[in-house]
Amino acid sequence: MQRKLNQKAWFLVLPVFLLVAFSAVLPLMTVVNYSVQDTFGNNEFYWVGTEWFVEILNSERFHSALGRQLLFSGIILAIEIPLGILIALSMPKKGWGASICLVLMALPLLIPWNVVGTIWQIFAREDIGLLGHTLAAMGIDYNYTHSPTAAWITIIIMDVWHWTSLVVLLCYAGLCSIPDAFYQAAKIDGASRWAVFRYIQFPKMNRVLLIAVLLRFMDSFMIYTEPFVLTGGGPGNSTTFLSIDLVKMAIGQFDLGPAAAFSLVYFLIVLLLSWVFYTVMTARDGEAN
Amino acid sequence: MAVIHLKDMAHSYLPNPKVPEDYALKSLNHVWEDGGAYALLGPSGCGKTTLLNIISGLLTPSEGQVLFGGEDVTRLDTAHRNIAQVFQFPVIYDTMTVRQNLAFPLKNRGMAPADIEARVAEIAEMLDLTERLDNRASGLSADAKQIISLGRGLVRNDVNAILFDEPLTVIDPHKKWVLRSKLKELHQQFGFTMVYVTHDQTEALTFADKVVVMHDGEIVQIGTPEELFERPAHTFVGYFIGSPGMNILPATVDGRHATIGGNEIDLGCDYGPLAGGKIEVGIRPEFLKFGPVGKNGGEGTFDVQISSVEDLGRHKIAKAVSGDIEIAVLVPEHTPVQEGAAALTFDPARTLVYQDSRLVEGAN
Amino acid sequence: MLELRDISLTVDRTDYLSDISARFEPGNFNVLLGPTLAGKTSLLRIMAGLDAPTTGHVLFGGKDLTGVAVKKRSVAFVYQQFINYPTFSVFDNIASPLKVAKVSKADIKTRVGKIAELLAISPMLDRKPLELSGGQQQRVALARALVREADLVLLDEPLANLDYKLREELREELPRLFRETGSTVVYATTEPEEALLLGGHITLMHEGRVMQTGPTLEVYRNPVSLQSARTFSDPPLNIMLARRSGSDMHIAGLSQSYSDTLNLPDGNYDIGFRAHHLHVAKPSKGALSVKAVVTMTEITGSESFIHVEALGQRWTALTHGVHHHKAGAAIELFLDPRDFLLFPAAGTAPLTNQAKVA
Repeated sequence: MQRKLNQKAWFLVLPVFLLVAFSAVLPLMTVVNYSVQDTFGNNEFYWVGTEWFVEILNSERFHSALGRQLLFSGIILAIEIPLGILIALSMPKKGWGASICLVLMALPLLIPWNVVGTIWQIFAREDIGLLGHTLAAMGIDYNYTHSPTAAWITIIIMDVWHWTSLVVLLCYAGLCSIPDAFYQAAKIDGASRWAVFRYIQFPKMNRVLLIAVLLRFMDSFMIYTEPFVLTGGGPGNSTTFLSIDLVKMAIGQFDLGPAAAFSLVYFLIVLLLSWVFYTVMTARDGEAN
Repeated sequence: MAVIHLKDMAHSYLPNPKVPEDYALKSLNHVWEDGGAYALLGPSGCGKTTLLNIISGLLTPSEGQVLFGGEDVTRLDTAHRNIAQVFQFPVIYDTMTVRQNLAFPLKNRGMAPADIEARVAEIAEMLDLTERLDNRASGLSADAKQIISLGRGLVRNDVNAILFDEPLTVIDPHKKWVLRSKLKELHQQFGFTMVYVTHDQTEALTFADKVVVMHDGEIVQIGTPEELFERPAHTFVGYFIGSPGMNILPATVDGRHATIGGNEIDLGCDYGPLAGGKIEVGIRPEFLKFGPVGKNGGEGTFDVQISSVEDLGRHKIAKAVSGDIEIAVLVPEHTPVQEGAAALTFDPARTLVYQDSRLVEGAN
Repeated sequence: MLELRDISLTVDRTDYLSDISARFEPGNFNVLLGPTLAGKTSLLRIMAGLDAPTTGHVLFGGKDLTGVAVKKRSVAFVYQQFINYPTFSVFDNIASPLKVAKVSKADIKTRVGKIAELLAISPMLDRKPLELSGGQQQRVALARALVREADLVLLDEPLANLDYKLREELREELPRLFRETGSTVVYATTEPEEALLLGGHITLMHEGRVMQTGPTLEVYRNPVSLQSARTFSDPPLNIMLARRSGSDMHIAGLSQSYSDTLNLPDGNYDIGFRAHHLHVAKPSKGALSVKAVVTMTEITGSESFIHVEALGQRWTALTHGVHHHKAGAAIELFLDPRDFLLFPAAGTAPLTNQAKVA
């Protein structure tokens, strides 16, 4: 049943609105401001219109960073979502086992990004790292500072290790909300393990999966700290993702105008893709009702 | 289809049960005849759902055996027991259509698609679901969903028994009549063994040929609705069945007479000098009548004060008080009754005697 | 006294409630009867001030309370689900509204003690709600509603989740408990039987409208419309069609007619009668006889429900005693015209209350 809106509620959210306005909208406006001007220092600005946008959208550098970024997010989602579901499915539903699993799952989430980066940077080093040294000793050519493939694999493993837990916890919460009667009915109907997943667990997890996919997509699309700590975007430009490229442009080269235009384009891409995910996933949901 | 036999079966949720209180279900022997319509009736926590889950195989009893047609299935899992179950809250597969829902158990068992289609069409026809076969099951009302859950049981022709776990809980009162009639019709048509768990006496009595009344993990009586109503074997059955329940009055019994709070009544049977334990007389509100005041001393009359009269439309319920005893009396619609002094008449043929809560048989 | 004036509720162009005017007196046990989705809960929420009506006014003791926040009203609400504070003891649960009202410690103790005694939960005061049975949990929720002596107590199907026998006990207790408080009580239910057991004053609802109000038994015996009669019948109301000319009623499909002394216009009528007025034995000299085919019999031990088809309608007979009839058997049933509820057939002008005597 739907309720009538209480007008007073608006007053309660007003402070948050103001806070968001100051913290997000105003800085965003500055970026918009920079993106349409050029400067040579001394606080002198020249109107350039859409020039920076045209330059960014046509630059080879942006295209390759965007391509890398899309590939990276794709791989991350393709690994973390199924893996997260799988782990959630195999976790015990009650008893002390469940509590222990939950604590273990939550652990990686408690570690700061740069610490994760540092841990893996050292762990995977060929000379002193346990993993890197072992691999080298086994005759495998593994060195993330030389081989782009090794760098990619290291960053992906790092991200999977760090963030799959989030997917697991979300899916686990979804699974726990399914009443026992559904499993019992499925047993009686002779449903296979796969059928139980396909027709009971998956549909009931739909909502949380949407959240998981959105969070993981946005996060991985904006990844910065891990590649920065591990390789600083190298070897070559092989792990220069959008955010790293952006920082290089803004801080390294101090190209404020193009960097601002870059930021806005970046922001719009994230927004657009999130919207696509949301629409596709809720469309299926709506069909179910 | 097969006879279901529970042999010395007991269940406890504790790992090492010792005293009787540790058992959710105390040791019982029972045979569910093939094609019978049974109801398991009792208050919450009496063990009826535990018993149902043991039959369906969702739970393995801690002691004893479950036999289907002579074969021991105690440790066999649900899918292999050929049992169908309808739960308290409708269980349907949200993403499927009604047709896919009905076909699901057959598909899982690897039936040929053409056969599945024929069977689903047949069942849908019977359940009046034909027109909705291609609708999404998730958009239907609660009673339609319960019909679909039932349909998933009916489509299988290998089913031994259909179990119902309080299936009408979420159904509107007016729809309950329709759904219950449907169940009975289906039972008459198919002759499946049906076991129906409920705490609602009307549902149990109207549905079942035989009602199994449970109390504190024990079966206290198994009987037809008439037997349970007319000769409750235990005071609990007398209390639990009937609305209001049976009047249970502390008494002393000698031969053909009982004395209740100073009043003597006729019993219709000879009980001899009954002594030892708690002696009580039980009579249903339906079998008591008010007579005019002033006949005191005659056989079966009993002076009371009528303290309240509740008019329920099709009958009235009067509360009659004598000393610290309160007796409920059912008065027919058009019979006048007033608060104040009155005399009660007990129907001797319907007056029962209980010793330590168990029915005592008298001699003629 | 709680008074509703022309209340309606429309959300997203769907009408949930339409033109509801009703009065609920203190000291009365007011029952709100209607099937699910009749709008009972919406109306209770408006009475409580949890929602505001789209149009209309809520008056309490003559004062317009429409739009006054729930917090500022003296309202208690008991839900179908047993809602208690899980971490509080039973005592603290019951005491919580008093603590909010800053009642002194000693006063709280005596008042909680008294209520607990009344509801027979005194031995459980130190326990947590979840350690109790369903019936006891609901008693705690009721105690919390009672203890604050709110001016308005709203109960939304409070017994629906309880065992049958427990329901029976609490149904008997509730009107008695509230009679002593002087609060205005409104109790919503879907079950006609429950409404009769609770007695008091009734408001019948159907599809967001009030069908009829009045003392429960009077409304039961004299429903003003076919829909009222249907809403207030369980087993469902039996219906047959008839045509009136002068004082004679000709029932469709029946050769026998009957006459009465009611002053009614000629025309088509729907005759409704309840299941217990369809008899297997002739109840009176003037009774009509109807041939029927049994579709099913249900026996409860004390009573039998005989489902039949007669005069092209599906009827249910509720009779005392045990009557076995096989499906398909032809039987004779009897009807006493004095039990009939007459309603002008759809499309004709409604009768005034005086003219329609059942």
